[in-house]
Amino acid sequence: MPNVKMYKRHMNIFWWANRWIHIKFISRELTSICVAIYSLVLLLYVWAVLKGPEEFEAFSSVMRSPVVLVLHVLLLGGLLFHSITWFNLAPKAMVVKLGGTKVPGTLIVLMNYAGWVVISLVLVWLLLAA
Amino acid sequence: MENEQTITLEVFRYRPEQEDGPVFQSYEVPLRKDWVILDALNYIKDQLDGTLSYRWSCRMGVCGSCGMMVNGTPVLTCATFLQQFSPGPIRIEPLDNFPVVRDLVIEMTDFMNKLKSVKPWIIREEEKPLEEGEYLQTPSQLADYKIYSMCINCMLCYAACPVYGLEPKFVGPAAIALGQRYNLDSRDKGQEQRMEALNSDEGIWQCTFVGECSAVCPKGVDPAGAIQRYKVAGAMDWWKSLVLPYGKTKT
Repeated sequence: MPNVKMYKRHMNIFWWANRWIHIKFISRELTSICVAIYSLVLLLYVWAVLKGPEEFEAFSSVMRSPVVLVLHVLLLGGLLFHSITWFNLAPKAMVVKLGGTKVPGTLIVLMNYAGWVVISLVLVWLLLAA
Repeated sequence: MENEQTITLEVFRYRPEQEDGPVFQSYEVPLRKDWVILDALNYIKDQLDGTLSYRWSCRMGVCGSCGMMVNGTPVLTCATFLQQFSPGPIRIEPLDNFPVVRDLVIEMTDFMNKLKSVKPWIIREEEKPLEEGEYLQTPSQLADYKIYSMCINCMLCYAACPVYGLEPKFVGPAAIALGQRYNLDSRDKGQEQRMEALNSDEGIWQCTFVGECSAVCPKGVDPAGAIQRYKVAGAMDWWKSLVLPYGKTKT
């Protein structure tokens, strides 16, 4: 390349704020924190169970407080957004061929949702059975 | 032009010999129904200001040289009509994420090097003799990679990719899609050789799946899909090397 003075542009820290598609992308990435918090809550529950009935009851009462319940609803919203946006992207990564023909993307998305429903039902059954 | 409707183009100008940074220059061009952005730029060059620099060649969406940012979106200017931006103004800038040489001309050496790094050609372990004829392929085998072979190297996907903008070492959408085009070709045996460039930190694992590369691709190549598929293959390969450490691995 000849010796010319080139002009270099730099990305602003808020590059994602101008377009809806980028806001959606950043939201999808950020809501992964909701998944992490949910996992942490589950681990804390396991820890409380191991500690004994008193510790478990104390932890459960904290979880039932109004502030925690509001946070819980917000977390659930984030978790649903995260899961749904990723499920809808699944056909990009999964190319399934059956008998030489490509399975349509919508079917792959539907299969993901079906899996989600089945696993949720199994968990509900396990909890109710207990 | 007296009775003709016009539209304003705000064009990014950067002339290194006379200014340190870019300025926008406005031009009034006829708003004709059958004109694309490139026609308007050619009108400026021919009739209004011969100093404007930009790249173009085929005018039919094949050569991939007239890509520019039009109102912030990377497009082929030969395939984007003026009318859709009426009443204007229309802002024309060089492709994002690349250094600017002059006006609307970007520096593409980085892309060319990355393209070469994924070895986008058919690699054979052993060539069979000519008399044995061509390497045959079924329509299904062709369909496996055909979509990725449509790439015209226009670099719109690089301009749309925030990951490339933030991390210039990223191999980028088109180069990875073209690597996949050959990896998925039944005649090719070069997957292991491409692994080094594609399955590295600067390769597929940089991609955070924004998906804009596929949205702006004028040829429907779907680089985002190629990268995600390669991630699945790369992860499988890693697990295989873990489970079968003495087997044939690709890392």
